[in-house]
Amino acid sequence: MSVRAITPDYKVQARDRVENFHGNQIVYVAWDRHLMFCAPFAYALPPTMTFAELRDQVMPEAFGLHEEFSKINWEKATWLLDNQPFTPDLNQSLHAQGVGHKSVLRFQTPELTGFQGKAV
Amino acid sequence: MSKVYIALQDNDESRYIIEAIEQDNPDATVIHHPAMIRIENENSLVVKRETVEEKMGRDWDVQELHLNLITLGGNVDEDDDQLSLSWNV
Amino acid sequence: MSAKKLNLKDKYRLLTRDLDWEYSYVDRKKAFPYEEFEGIKITDWSKWEDPFRLTMDAYWKYQAEKEKKLYAIFDAFAQNNGHLNVTDARYVNAIKIFLTGVSPLEYQAYQGYAHVGRQFGGAGARVACQMQSIDELRHVQTQIHAMSHYNKYFDGFQDWTHMHDRVWYLSVPKSFFDDARSAGPFEFLIAISFSFEYVLTNLLFVPFMSGAAHNGDMATCTFGFSAQSDEARHMTLGLEIIKFLLEQHEDNVPIVQKWIDKWFWRGTRLLSIVAMMMDYMLPNKVMSWKEAWEVYFEEAGGALFKDLARYGIRMPKFVEVTEKEKEHVSHQAWWIFYNYGHAAGFHTWIPSDEELDWLSEKYPDTFDKYYRPRWELAKKMEAEGKRFYSQALPQLCTTCQIPMGFTKMDDPTQIAYRSSDYEGEKYHFCSDGCKHIFDEEPEKYVQSWLPVHQIYQGNCGGASVEEVLRDYYKLNLGADNLDIKGSPDEQRWKEWKGVA
Repeated sequence: MSVRAITPDYKVQARDRVENFHGNQIVYVAWDRHLMFCAPFAYALPPTMTFAELRDQVMPEAFGLHEEFSKINWEKATWLLDNQPFTPDLNQSLHAQGVGHKSVLRFQTPELTGFQGKAV
Repeated sequence: MSKVYIALQDNDESRYIIEAIEQDNPDATVIHHPAMIRIENENSLVVKRETVEEKMGRDWDVQELHLNLITLGGNVDEDDDQLSLSWNV
Repeated sequence: MSAKKLNLKDKYRLLTRDLDWEYSYVDRKKAFPYEEFEGIKITDWSKWEDPFRLTMDAYWKYQAEKEKKLYAIFDAFAQNNGHLNVTDARYVNAIKIFLTGVSPLEYQAYQGYAHVGRQFGGAGARVACQMQSIDELRHVQTQIHAMSHYNKYFDGFQDWTHMHDRVWYLSVPKSFFDDARSAGPFEFLIAISFSFEYVLTNLLFVPFMSGAAHNGDMATCTFGFSAQSDEARHMTLGLEIIKFLLEQHEDNVPIVQKWIDKWFWRGTRLLSIVAMMMDYMLPNKVMSWKEAWEVYFEEAGGALFKDLARYGIRMPKFVEVTEKEKEHVSHQAWWIFYNYGHAAGFHTWIPSDEELDWLSEKYPDTFDKYYRPRWELAKKMEAEGKRFYSQALPQLCTTCQIPMGFTKMDDPTQIAYRSSDYEGEKYHFCSDGCKHIFDEEPEKYVQSWLPVHQIYQGNCGGASVEEVLRDYYKLNLGADNLDIKGSPDEQRWKEWKGVA
């Protein structure tokens, strides 16, 4: 469907195109069933950042507030990239492994069930 | 069956209006909330000028209802003698 | 010989019919250029009828009386130090949200009705829009006057228009009205007069204002009910508008239905903020959000849609989702603000034990299972001296602009994710309703001014969040934001009340 506009051939550019982010791209990251964090986090990251840098240098500041974060066994954690199963390559850049502008990365840690085992 | 409703500010004038509504709509339910009074009835409700004037002991214009009105639900019809609310079911 | 006194119907007819004129030297289509592009067909404007048949003389007379009553109460409130009579300093934070989030919408409504009132070919519609436009201007003025008293004693009231334009969570109400005002004139009426005023504003102005009274806030209760006395007229107008459009032409039915679907969902998302105000911000409770939803939407709205069924109008799309959401939204919304309390222009807090019990009682199927554990965690961390605030910015829904904090309703421990691709870009949504709205008019929402993305684009000043909050939002950091515990508001309140 498209908008019914009074201007013929109404056309605008998307406001959040990647070129507006000064070399960065937006990546959303969420820890499933850990609702201490009310919503996924949005990061502006260089596409050349490696997955290891994202996981070990960017994510701990916010996710580290949860007492289970330091207990995560990353070998066992599973990931979804834009809703598809995904195995991250720690040493490759985000861009090289398909983590694009406005991609959603979600990880699951089934052995860690959140505060009081209640997904918090 | 659907309910129509009207809510008025809880004050001296409204008390007479509500007495009039109760008299003209014997099946209506009156519910008191903090600072407001809500009256609901199945399908229709009427506020009659004549009855309100009798309760107040003075002339009353149906449009004065707006001064104390908070909300209402239903199709409205207003003329010089009454305001009515109804659903077409 | 004196003229016979006109009755209501005659007076209204004279105002709305005989004041109009024929266009002899201007093309009617050029005089009303916005009337056709939305696809709405009007065959006879004279069928437009205001059931209250309000004429200008009566309008001014009764509005003047309402104002006199209202300002007498404001005076009494100020002279009696009314701010000391509210239940608790926490309560005032709901009023901060009102001033920064709702009052500017009244101003937008004033501008919106002034604009569309010009665009309609029928004199009845023009008169109705003119009156409503003046009403809305009155509402914003009375709200500023009422709340200016609080500005003398509490933080967070000082720069509300500036905040409305810039602060992240206020983009939710702001973008709602921007969306309506950038639509055509008929969609604006369905959006604001019908979907918002008729179907949803009762939820804001009736139980919440009754709640204000119950919390000792005479000024807010009074401006609320005084505004609402106009709203009752607006609601009635909203219903008449929809009947008028549906009766004018059968081709209008699917267009109107599409707008109802869109604006009902937009409205429910906007009201999630009111939901949390009712359940979490009123120390003395009147009714839960769920109960208010049942009375003012399910019962009243149900009756309305039954009445409209004869035109071929059905309940709004996604209404079945709201039946489940009423158990969840207030809790999820307040948790968002608790998480980001450092970035809000009002205070947040953990509900007291009595309040947690009240919530358990009102939400027996969901509160203990899903939400009490969140507050237990917050309490534990607070007791350890670690009151937490989220350290990264949240992902926002492209349509409603609320952080993506709403869960799947059938799996309330899992955030709901919806997305669409449009012209090579990804867009994310909190719900099927918000995705549907985007998919219908993507050209509109690809322009969403999403505060989080704007910060990252460098359009909100400073490199750090603190600079954005202080310099771009103009929050007084350490006073306006953070938890109520330890705030200057709380400190002053304790001094006034003589408690240590």
